[in-house]
This record gives sequence, C-alpha cells and structure tokens, in this order.
Amino acid sequence: MAMALGRAATAAVRLRAWSWLTTVDHKRIGILYLVTSAFLFLVGGFEAFLIRLQLIRPDNHLVSSAMYSQLFTMHGTTMIFLAVMPILVGFMNAVMPLMIGARDVAFPRLNALSYWMYLAGALLLNSSWFLGGAPNAGWFNYAPISTGAYNPGPGIDFYDLGVQIAGIGTLMTGINFLVTILAMRTEGMSLMRMPLFVWTTLITSLLIIFAFPPLTANLFFLMFDRLAGTAFFNVPHGGDVVLWEQLFWTFGHPEVYILVLPAFGIISEVVATFSRKPLFGYASMVWAVEVIAFLSFIVWSHHMFPVGLGPTVNTMFVLTSMAIAVPTGIKIFNWIATMWGGRIQLTTAMLFAMSFIPTFVVGGTSGVMTALAPADMQFHDSYFVVAHLHYVLIGGTLMAVFAAAYYWFPKITGRLMSERLGRWNFWLVTVGFNVAFLPQHFIGLWGMPRRVYTYGPGLGLSFWNALSTVGVFILTLGILVMVMNVVHALRRGEAAGPDPWDGRTLEWSTASPAPPYNFARLPRVRGRDAFWEQKRSTERELWPVDRHIHLPSPTPVPALMALGLLVAAYGAIFRSIPVVAAGLGLTVYGIHRSMFDVDPGVIVTPTEEGAA
Amino acid sequence: MGPSVIAGMAGAPLRYPQSALAPAGPVARSEFQLIQLSLVIMLGVFVAVTAAFAYTAVRYRSRPGNLAPASAVDENRRLEIGWTLVPLILLVVMAVPTVKDSYALTPPDTPRVVDVRVIGHQFWWELQYTRLGVTTANELVIPYGRKIDLSLTSADVIHSFWVPRLAGKTDLNPGQLNTAWIQADRPGVYEGQCAEYCGLGHANMHIRVVAVTDREFARWVDGMRHPRVTPASALAKRGMALFGQVGCSSCHTVAGTRFHGQLGPELTGMGNRATIAAGTLTNTPAHLRRWLANPPAILPGSTMPDLHLTGSQISALTAYVESLR
Repeated sequence: MAMALGRAATAAVRLRAWSWLTTVDHKRIGILYLVTSAFLFLVGGFEAFLIRLQLIRPDNHLVSSAMYSQLFTMHGTTMIFLAVMPILVGFMNAVMPLMIGARDVAFPRLNALSYWMYLAGALLLNSSWFLGGAPNAGWFNYAPISTGAYNPGPGIDFYDLGVQIAGIGTLMTGINFLVTILAMRTEGMSLMRMPLFVWTTLITSLLIIFAFPPLTANLFFLMFDRLAGTAFFNVPHGGDVVLWEQLFWTFGHPEVYILVLPAFGIISEVVATFSRKPLFGYASMVWAVEVIAFLSFIVWSHHMFPVGLGPTVNTMFVLTSMAIAVPTGIKIFNWIATMWGGRIQLTTAMLFAMSFIPTFVVGGTSGVMTALAPADMQFHDSYFVVAHLHYVLIGGTLMAVFAAAYYWFPKITGRLMSERLGRWNFWLVTVGFNVAFLPQHFIGLWGMPRRVYTYGPGLGLSFWNALSTVGVFILTLGILVMVMNVVHALRRGEAAGPDPWDGRTLEWSTASPAPPYNFARLPRVRGRDAFWEQKRSTERELWPVDRHIHLPSPTPVPALMALGLLVAAYGAIFRSIPVVAAGLGLTVYGIHRSMFDVDPGVIVTPTEEGAA
Repeated sequence: MGPSVIAGMAGAPLRYPQSALAPAGPVARSEFQLIQLSLVIMLGVFVAVTAAFAYTAVRYRSRPGNLAPASAVDENRRLEIGWTLVPLILLVVMAVPTVKDSYALTPPDTPRVVDVRVIGHQFWWELQYTRLGVTTANELVIPYGRKIDLSLTSADVIHSFWVPRLAGKTDLNPGQLNTAWIQADRPGVYEGQCAEYCGLGHANMHIRVVAVTDREFARWVDGMRHPRVTPASALAKRGMALFGQVGCSSCHTVAGTRFHGQLGPELTGMGNRATIAAGTLTNTPAHLRRWLANPPAILPGSTMPDLHLTGSQISALTAYVESLR
C-alpha cells in the first residue's frame, strides 16, 4: 500500500515535471523565466560579492588575478544576458498578454523555444567553471584578447556559443512579442490605449530585433576566428580589432535600453496604480519611449571615445548621447506629476518604484557627464563608469524589477508577499546600494581603473573601497530578505484575490493566478485604464462566456531543439564534429516537426469561477 | 640624473596621486573644467528633481481612510513644454565647451619638439623617443612646460594610456596609430596605469611620467645615448657575463652592448629608474632580487619566466642591472 502510494507520488512528480517541460502557456513560461533568472541573479550576485570581497583592502590575495578576471566577466555576462534581461522577459510573458486581453502570445511554441534556448545558453556558460575555466575577457569580450592567440582556453568558446544561443532565443522573443502586441489585442484596445508596460514591451521588442543581429554577426566572426582560423580580428593577417568594438556597441547601447525601457513601463504602472490616478502625460510618455529607442541606435560610439575615432566622430556621438536626456527627463517629470494630487499608498512595490526616481536621476545625470567626450577621457573605464552603470541598472532597472515582483507576485501566484518583510527588503537594498556605489564615483575620479584585481595602498582609496564593500554586505542582506519573503509567501502567503491593489489594467480583471485561457470572456476596452473604468462604470455590457476556447497542446519539441543546440555547442567547444552533427541533427529534426506537425490543440470550457 | 634627483622631485606625497581632480597640465585641466561644469549643472538638476519628488511624496501621502483620488489631471501643456525646454538649454550650455575642447585637445598634424612612440605590451610600456634615438620603458621622462606628442600603438592586445593628472585616456590599438599630447606644468612624478583590460597583469601595468627641467632632460638623453657600458665592480662584471649566458639578453636590450633582445623592456639606464616590474616595486637591490627569483609570483601573467637562478647569480645580475646608468 505504502509502496503503491510512493509510486503514485513519483508518477505525479514526473507528470508535473513533464508538464513544465512541454508547456506552451505564456504564464507558465513566464514562471520558468522568472525562477531561472532569479536563480542566476543570485549566482551573478555571488560573483559580485566575491569581487567586492577581493577589493575590500589594497593588495588583497583572496582570489588570484586569473580567478578575478573570470569573476568580473561572468558577473557582467550573467547579470546582463542571463539575469536581468530574462527577468524582464519573464514579467512580459507573465502579464503582457493579460494586459492586452489576449489568450496567449502569437507563437506559443516559439515562446517555449526561446525559454529553452535561454536555459541552454545559461547552462553552457555556467558549466565553463567546471570544464576548463570560465570566460575571462570581460562581458564586452574585446578582440584580440578574446582570440585564440591570446586566449587559447575554452572559456571564450563558452562565452561565444552561450551568448549566441541565449541571444537567438531572445531575438525570437522580440519577434513573438512584436506580433502578439500588434495582432492579438482585444476589441477596443487601440495602440494609444495600451498600458505603458505593453508599449515598452513593444518598443523593447523592436530594439531586440534590430540590436541583436550585429551581436550575432560579431559572435560568428569570433567563432570563425577561433574555430576555423579566419582573420576578422587577427591584426598580423589584416584583421581589425576596432571592428569588434563597433559591432559590439552597436548592439551594446540599445541593449542598455532593452534593460531600461521595460523598467520605465513597470514604474509607469506601479506609480499610477498606487497614486490612484491615471498616468500623467500618457502621449508624451509613449513619444519619449519611441525617441529614446531611436536615439539608442545612434549613440554607441560614446562607449569608444578614447579609441581614437577623431573629434568629428566623437562630437556627433556627444550630441546624440546628450539628446537622450530630454525624453528621459520628460519621463521623470511625468512620474512626479502622476504622483502630484494623488493618494500615494506606500506599499513595498510603490516604495521601490519611488526610490527608482532619485536613483535613476543620479544614473542619468552621470550618464550626461560621460557623454561629454573630453571629460569622458577621464571617466572612461574608471570606477566612475562602474558607479554610473550600476545606478542605471540597479538604481533603475533592479528597483523596477523589485517593484514588479511585489506588484505582480499576487497575480502570478495568487498570494501576497509580506509587507513587513517587504519594508526590510526595501530599506536594506536602498541603503546598501547607495553605500556600495555612491563612493565609486569618487574612487574612479581619484584614479582607479575598472577590472583591476588589486590596487596599491598608495592610491589613497583603501577606506572608500572598504566602505563600498560594506554597502554590498547590506545590499546582500536585502536580497536575502527578498528570498525569504518569496519562500514565506509561497508557503503561507495571504490569498490575494483577483484585484488586491484596486488595479487599473486588465490583468487584474481575471483570477489570480489566471486560468490557462486567461479570460472566460474576452474583455471589451473603452478607454485607457480599461479595468479601472470598467469597475466604475454602471454599464454591464458583457460578452457571452466563451464555451469552446481553443488552446495549443503541450509539446516537448522546443526543449528538444534547445537540447540539440546545447549538445552541438559542447561538440564545437571540445572540437568533436560527430557531436556537433548529432546535436544539430536533433535541432533540425525539431524544426522539421515544428513545420509539419499538425496540432489539433485542446478545447477548454471555462469553469464558473473562471468566468466570473 | 640619478635616482636622488627623482627622489628630490617627489615632494610631499599626495593623498590621491592618481586623481583626475588634481590636474597638472593643460589637457587634464581642460577636462577637469568640463567635469566641474557638468558636475555643478547635474547636481543642480538632481537637487531640483529630488526636491520636487520629495515634496510631492510627502504632501500627497494617503492618510488612512482616504483613498479617493484627489484630482485626475493627466495633462498640462505649458508644464510639459517647460520641462522639455529647460533641460535642452542646460544641455546646450554643456555642449558648447565640449565640442570646443574635443577639437582643441586633438594634437596637430605636425609633431612638436619631443615626440614619443608609446607601444603597449603585455604588461609594460615601450617608450621610443623617435627623433632622439632613445628607447626606455615604463618611465616616461619629459621636460616640463613643453608639449610632448605621443603616438600610440600596441604590440599585442588593446591597452589604454592614462596618467590622470596630465591627460585622460588614449587607447593603444594593435595595427593602428593614435595620437595624443601631454604637458606637465611643474617638475614631478605623475602616476598612471593601463585603463583597458589587457590580461592577467592589467592591474600592475603602471606608467610613470617624470617631468624634469630642460637641462636635466638633455643630460638624461645624453646619458641614455652614451651609457656606461662596462661596469666597475667585479660582481657586476660577472653579472654582465651571466646576462648573456642565462638568457636575459634574448629578450632585453642594453644600448652599447651586444645585448639586443627585442621581447622585453629596454634596460638601458635601468639603474636610474625609480621602479621595476612595470612600476609595481621600487627600484632597490632587495626588490630586484625578489623579482629575479620569480617574476610571475610578483606579476601574474608576466612573460618573464622564472629562470631558476641561484642566489649568487641573482646577486651578480642585480649588481649589473643596478650599474646600468
């Protein structure tokens, strides 16, 4: 009897694992993204912790120079490609289709493939620690230090193929979300009625589609150089090392906005909801996002002022870079104006969204300073830039991610996170972050370059570096409180109900968590803040409940295709053509199945509760 | 010029010897002025925005039991035009000197009196005074008060030349030649280091600019052109013989001798330099002994191998290298 029960339980676990492996539901894929990226965020954070521990005092010998370069490379690569970007994609998956009143994304299978490719890239990159050493040429991976002549170990191959596989997955996400938003909005959801988070998802998708191809090309060039002996970056054979820099930053600067625009969207939702007011200046907010996105493609050389492109080129990029401050300023002012005259509720989500405003202004203003080419000759590659970019990516994006986590956690899980722990989480993160990174502006101005594993006591920076490390200790505590809060909420969190915040947008109009078909009856939209208006309208004109909802059936093929690429990548890294062929064969088989399989789908009838 | 001269010039040690906020030449000063201007304007922006934010947050904090929205204003044309125009004006104020400086700080096409070819290596600086026919490493001796032209390139990966008190960064790209100029207003030693990640020794790739009077500079050049070739002491003589036998000369050059290695730093006048190992250690016999005993232990990634020298070989080589003046 006991054995039979045990067997049944194992079978149930197996069934659950299988259902996650084969899911094509955007909400479950969103959860997969969020769980994976949160874990990788902790990994990247641990790497940062070791970096700061090494720099706590001058001439420290905690880690070697070789280990340090792997740590800062993996920290940057993990945070940008494997943690923060996929966390944002996770939230987009979880709520964007709900916000536009859709039943799923346009291409559910492609969506699953994106996630599995991201996971494959993440596994590949992180397995490098155990298979001959992690990449060690920085997240920017400049040539020629990343070429075979100066870096013969497998680390750079892991970087090249890991980022390539995850990156192509992201590219497909961009296409998927673009089509979803343009084609699958519910009736009445015109473009200019879309929530700002949907707008930023749309524009971010465009950025992804245009920004990732130069990176893809660059990674292919480097792969050819390393595997096949071509000479794209081999100077003695006529290669050009600045080519890598140009292509990398043509991708790299839009990438910054891929990480920041969704944050703008989150802040817009959270600030409006907890000010209990419509967003101020909606049209100018949309316009600002579009202008920022356009400008982001013509500013990349501000990452390259000391490269020697000459005063004319530098001046052009100075002017375009400075121009970004105008639309960004408009957004900041609009958020403050949204709060003006409101009833500001200081929930944890709102606290994070509000603290975004001053910290992002610090990152934005130091960004304007680094745009001034002659001044940037001093800032460039110093700790001033480290401070600047962390004010943008932690003070900006991560604050928004925390706000989004507290805001949407009840919608995703059906439970509320603790507000008491939330307050500890907020204050520890805010204080720790500022103590860690504010001094780094001065550490840079006083002459400390980036990416040095050690510094002498003679620089006069021992105290400030120690202070910065103490800040990271506090920040780490804050993150641990967040982890506690999530675990606590999943186990014993209060039930949230469909609309815990008196929300304004459509995701709050359905159950928490939303049923597989999202809406029993598709919502009809009559204006911005569709759900807010609906709650206050006396009219009750409803669609009939949809009795036969057609959903795509689960499939293991996307996971199989990603597995094929993972196998092929290991084959390439360890130079085994049969393994490459086997892996690619598996992927091609998956492509074939995806093209010619006929999916009858499943017909779902909503339950009464879901139809409410 | 001997080490005593260099030591005498050092003066009181600075609290931040590598600070971009303590400019000591016209290039760094222009950059510093722009840093100051932008810092003041940006602090003003930060204070104004944060004050508006904090006032709004406090004034409109919800009181218990009052959740009805107070107003639903979501547009104000004049306000929006205002906060578009004001930042635009502030940007123009910063853009004008930025563009002016970008051109003004570019070196002219015709080189000036002293021009130095700076070649980056993993992990040291080769310094060729092209018109004076002198080559040295890691310590750039210049006459103060004069514009010095630099042309920069790399023998391997990308490096970046950064001596914050004299000038911001210029990259050293393999296969390309960049130009820059520096000038030191007063005699002294100006600390700098490589600013582009270049490998395991990146953190230890220091550069020192030693600014001296015209007369001292002329004497230094003369000394480098006509170095003392045969050492005086017997120990140093033995060191010179070993230099050719144990492998030193396959990488290092000493002018006036038969040692013409090309891979490592030039050692002509090494006894006069203030530091060894790309500025990581001060130039004392004790440090030199430690260095010769095992270079990669002091500089991770150093291409100079541990030659497994005996104690007496190290003593002799130390005496020889210290005698190179």
